[in-house]
Amino acid sequence: MTPILQPIGRTFLNGLSAIGRLSLFALVAVRHCLTPPFYPRLLVRQMIEIGYYSLPYVGMTAVFTGMVLVLQTYTGFNVNAEGLMPQIVVLSLTRELGPVLAALIVAGRIGASMAAEIGTMRVTEQIDALSTLSTNPFKYLIAPRLWAGVTMLPLLVGIGDVIGVFGGYFVAVHKLGFNEGNFLKNISEATKFLDVFSGLVKAAVFGFTITLMGCYHGFNSKGGAQGVGKATTNAVATSMILILILDYILTELFFAK
Amino acid sequence: MSTDLKIKVRGLKKAFGSNVVLDGVDLDVPRGQSLVVIGGSGTGKSVMIKCILGLLKPDAGSIEIDGEEVVGMSARDRERVMKKFGMLFQGSALFDSLPVWENVAFGLISGRGMNRNEAKEIALRKLSAVGLQPEVGELFPAELSGGMQKRVGLARAIAAEPEIIFFDEPTTGLDPIMAQVINELIVTCVEMVGATALSITHDMHSLREIGDNAAMIYQGKIVWSGAAKDIDNSGNPYVEQFVKGKAEGPIRMPVRSF
Repeated sequence: MTPILQPIGRTFLNGLSAIGRLSLFALVAVRHCLTPPFYPRLLVRQMIEIGYYSLPYVGMTAVFTGMVLVLQTYTGFNVNAEGLMPQIVVLSLTRELGPVLAALIVAGRIGASMAAEIGTMRVTEQIDALSTLSTNPFKYLIAPRLWAGVTMLPLLVGIGDVIGVFGGYFVAVHKLGFNEGNFLKNISEATKFLDVFSGLVKAAVFGFTITLMGCYHGFNSKGGAQGVGKATTNAVATSMILILILDYILTELFFAK
Repeated sequence: MSTDLKIKVRGLKKAFGSNVVLDGVDLDVPRGQSLVVIGGSGTGKSVMIKCILGLLKPDAGSIEIDGEEVVGMSARDRERVMKKFGMLFQGSALFDSLPVWENVAFGLISGRGMNRNEAKEIALRKLSAVGLQPEVGELFPAELSGGMQKRVGLARAIAAEPEIIFFDEPTTGLDPIMAQVINELIVTCVEMVGATALSITHDMHSLREIGDNAAMIYQGKIVWSGAAKDIDNSGNPYVEQFVKGKAEGPIRMPVRSF
């Protein structure tokens, strides 16, 4: 029995200790996010990196998602009612597709680059050097990234929602022949505060998750190039899985009766 | 007399898992002097320095800086003590996202909240102290040769005029001429800021140039210590084997390194 149970037990314990380490890291990181000194220059740089430079990717994702959503709903579900189509598009985009797809795209882009950058700083002793220069690495490296993630993701998703709905509108009106005026009117009626709000809250949580995983795996990378590569893969893979799990949990919290 | 000791280490122990790296290190660094610790690769030299700096948490033992116990110190006190240190890292560890002058001025701007223009002036002065022109200040670390990176690292280590400077294998990876240049710079810089120095190296030439005192670490313990000029007639079989670079002797090279 022992040879079978041992590896199972070991894997389980390793998993628990990994969760413990991550939670501890997150707690310390959040504490440093809330206490001075702050580094506004670094925060602005990270906000531009995450917010501005992700915009083309998030925008492209959103516009095609909106377009294909209308097309699939029309052809697949045979929905051609003028009132129902905008409702489906707005609800799916603002609640679900907008935040989740944007987060997955940003996880690939930002999570990877953060893990690689911080990981390289770790293996070349630059993080140790920060400490010897009276600078806390958590405050200098991690806090600006977490702040930028939490604030920029909702902004990206907000813009993505608008672009996505516009993509849907374009296909509905110009390809499927919906009435332009009615479609626009129905869109504004279908837009509910809670739908948009829940999507933006999800975005903030995903932004925190992506930057946290990027920082965590980068910060704890070991060895040389190989270690950094592994950290990068882990950062992207874990944040993608976590995004999907958290998405379900948040949906349950917001909408399950 | 313990009051003359800048750094006093007693019974320092550190293990990674079942792997014992430091097994009770005792070390004294007198104020204003330069101690060089020699030892082969993987004997715990770097771990020892990182424990003293507080980058690693020792498992047991005591480390006193200026007579003040730093093991188990609160984060706030630790930050205060950290301001006494400067360090030249083995690979220089320059921040590659910042230009050279900002690297040198980093501790002043970020650590002490100094005005950027003022800090830049100091940085350029420190760069000229290590023989670099002001134009180099505008370059990025990746544009410099290894020797120049070492000089920048040295300028950064002395920028805030620390009381204690650590040198982690300062000449490793440099050609003999550049190594000698760095050795001489270390001696002048340490004298200039009046610091206490602790270096780790396996370069015997470097030891003779920069050390007042020397110690040898083997298997996580200090096996010999004395004046640097006595290193050639220490009468210690470990030191003799190391100094002469003989394959035969009491030292067996570990297969794993840390």
